[in-house]
Amino acid sequence: MRGQSHDMVQLLTPDGQRVHNDDFDFSGTTDDLVGYLRDMILARRFDAEATALQRHGELGLWPPLLGQEAAQVGSAHAVRDQDVVFPSYREHAVAMVLGVPVSNFLGLFRGTDGGNWDNLDKFKNYQIVIGCQPLHATGYAMGLQLDGVVGPDAEDPAAVIVYHGDGAASQGDVNEAYVFAASYNAPVVFFCQNNQWAISEPIALQSRIPLYERARGFGFPGVQVDGNDVLAVKAVTDWAMDRARGGEGPTFIEAFTYRLGAHTTSDDPTKYRTSSEEEEWKGRDPIARLTTYLKAEGVIDDDWLDQMDEDARQFGEDVRATIPTLEPVTMDGLFQTVYAEPSVALESQRREYLDYAAAGEDA
Amino acid sequence: MTETLTMAKALNRGLRRALQADPKVLLAGEDIGKLGGVFRVTENLQAEFGENRVIDSPLAESGIVGTAIGLCMRGYRPVVEMQFDGFVFPAFSQIVTQVAKLHMRTGGQTPMPMVIRIPYGGGIGAIEHHSESPEAYFAHTPGLKVVTCANSNDAYWMMQQAIQSDDPVVFLEPKRRYQTKSTVNFSARPEPMHQASITRYGTDATLLCYGPMVKTCLDAATVAAEEGMSLEVVDLRTLSPVDWVTIMSSVRRTKRAVVVHEAPLTLGLGAEIAARLHQDLFYVMESPVLRVAGYDMPYPPSRVEEEYLPSVDRILDAVDQSLNY
Ligand SMILES: Cc1ncc(C[n+]2csc(CCOP(=O)(O)OP(=O)(O)O)c2C)c(N)n1
Repeated sequence: MRGQSHDMVQLLTPDGQRVHNDDFDFSGTTDDLVGYLRDMILARRFDAEATALQRHGELGLWPPLLGQEAAQVGSAHAVRDQDVVFPSYREHAVAMVLGVPVSNFLGLFRGTDGGNWDNLDKFKNYQIVIGCQPLHATGYAMGLQLDGVVGPDAEDPAAVIVYHGDGAASQGDVNEAYVFAASYNAPVVFFCQNNQWAISEPIALQSRIPLYERARGFGFPGVQVDGNDVLAVKAVTDWAMDRARGGEGPTFIEAFTYRLGAHTTSDDPTKYRTSSEEEEWKGRDPIARLTTYLKAEGVIDDDWLDQMDEDARQFGEDVRATIPTLEPVTMDGLFQTVYAEPSVALESQRREYLDYAAAGEDA
Repeated sequence: MTETLTMAKALNRGLRRALQADPKVLLAGEDIGKLGGVFRVTENLQAEFGENRVIDSPLAESGIVGTAIGLCMRGYRPVVEMQFDGFVFPAFSQIVTQVAKLHMRTGGQTPMPMVIRIPYGGGIGAIEHHSESPEAYFAHTPGLKVVTCANSNDAYWMMQQAIQSDDPVVFLEPKRRYQTKSTVNFSARPEPMHQASITRYGTDATLLCYGPMVKTCLDAATVAAEEGMSLEVVDLRTLSPVDWVTIMSSVRRTKRAVVVHEAPLTLGLGAEIAARLHQDLFYVMESPVLRVAGYDMPYPPSRVEEEYLPSVDRILDAVDQSLNY
């Protein structure tokens, strides 16, 4: 596979075999693995549900995560209570693992709100402007450092993880984030999901070398991990977050994965890529390989999978049921949240708007 | 020869003509080649003209505009696409500090024959950053020219005129009208690019508008006509420089003016137009210039965008105010 390095960390092969890696090992339990499988299955179900909701006109747009479940679930499980996450716009599974109610991000894509989520302290709002958030994450990490909650002497040391795509790696802002993170030895992990495509543009247009190799040039380690192997992703992200928390500075992780679906529901991948490529990547499916492994180990059986199916179906129903509960923001509410401190000029515009709207209702 | 085309198709034809006419014309942008652009405005152009002339750029707007500056210096005429209005800002520094200034700074030695295409405006139910109207930033920047089309004929001709211009042109495409069809006349000589156009004649008041709001204003004029009011509609077409001659000649006759734009009210194009009208036609006008615009807030979530955008109702409300002043 082009762009895949010999050093790519893998602990579970596409056909479900556990393999040894000299540098990384999975330290969790079998129960943890069952939990990850469950998370991935529910995330995939949620994603399918949201895609269908868009088709029915209930959402304006949906960016599917199909195929990236392991990269997201594995890395999200490396996040501890004191850590903070800066997502891009496709990290639905990360959000789910961190307990963000799914109704929250449905609202953003339904156009009922702009992303005023329940636990913004933990999981920052989605960012649509490609590449803007790695600088924010780096600044936040600098703040953690200033607060003295990083390093060997801190009681519960904290770190930041920021998600961005392979396309985003071309943006100036993203490269500036690498520079700042390195300059200040900031406790931040850059988690790049290289899903091979930025809409219609292949990774080869963004980078002539594997992305993780760039990190060295910025002055911090880069690791390529099999992004469809949840064990490896968890192991590598644990290591990187521990480095950050311990005061050893930033790490770049390239999770080598694939966007199996369209870029968004507005996109038509048949215009730019072959179905044989998609088929090849279906053979590396993150859910299938963990299922194979856990079944072979006798940890789960067909009954477990049947029950999981039923749970996922129920979850899908719950997701659909949240749609009518999503209240759109009001213009009045928006006027009042433009500024933290009231603006006299805007206040008079708000009154004009309210008078106009009231007159319309009377008419 | 005429043909009915969507605005997107007309832009495509205009770009194609320009690529045929001049080997120095290049297109660059994200997803414009193989995919043909997310709105298909550049569809099939890479297949026809090759990857050296219709270029898929890495995902970096500052890079796209910055390298286009170098291409201009080397004698090319790059036409770059910013995928959406909200994504021009990573390139903002290159546009306002370099593209706009190089000609004057170098005593006229460094022309910047660049076109920066930006799909803009709201009303399409999109997620944030996909519905904005950033024209005032560019119109406020000396050294840039700014135009916008409201029908397929202008889309076809103005695109070619912009590409032929030796000055940098920010070309704003009203994305919610991309799929609207109208007639393109391929043989008639087009109007000059920097000229406004009176799209509907009237006597009671002038609606001054551009881009996506031209259709809304024409709709308002139709409704007003049913109520016995005769509204004139002027499509500005060029936002920098503004065609004051056409605007003044219209308002001199109707004596009342309402400016309509989607961009926020404060310091938008309407503010400049109002100031000029008051300065030049103070003794002629029967009522102050009124403005119907987006509110002074970031573009709202799509479920409430219709309340934010100027509507036929809001426009007619302003017309009433103007007439009853
Ligand atoms: C600054 C900016 N430019 C362009 C876009 C339009 N756009 C949205 S997603 C995308 C591709 C992103 O690719 P990548 O970073 O690889 O992330 P992925 O979508 O594959 O997860 C583009 C060009 C944008 N949102 N922001």
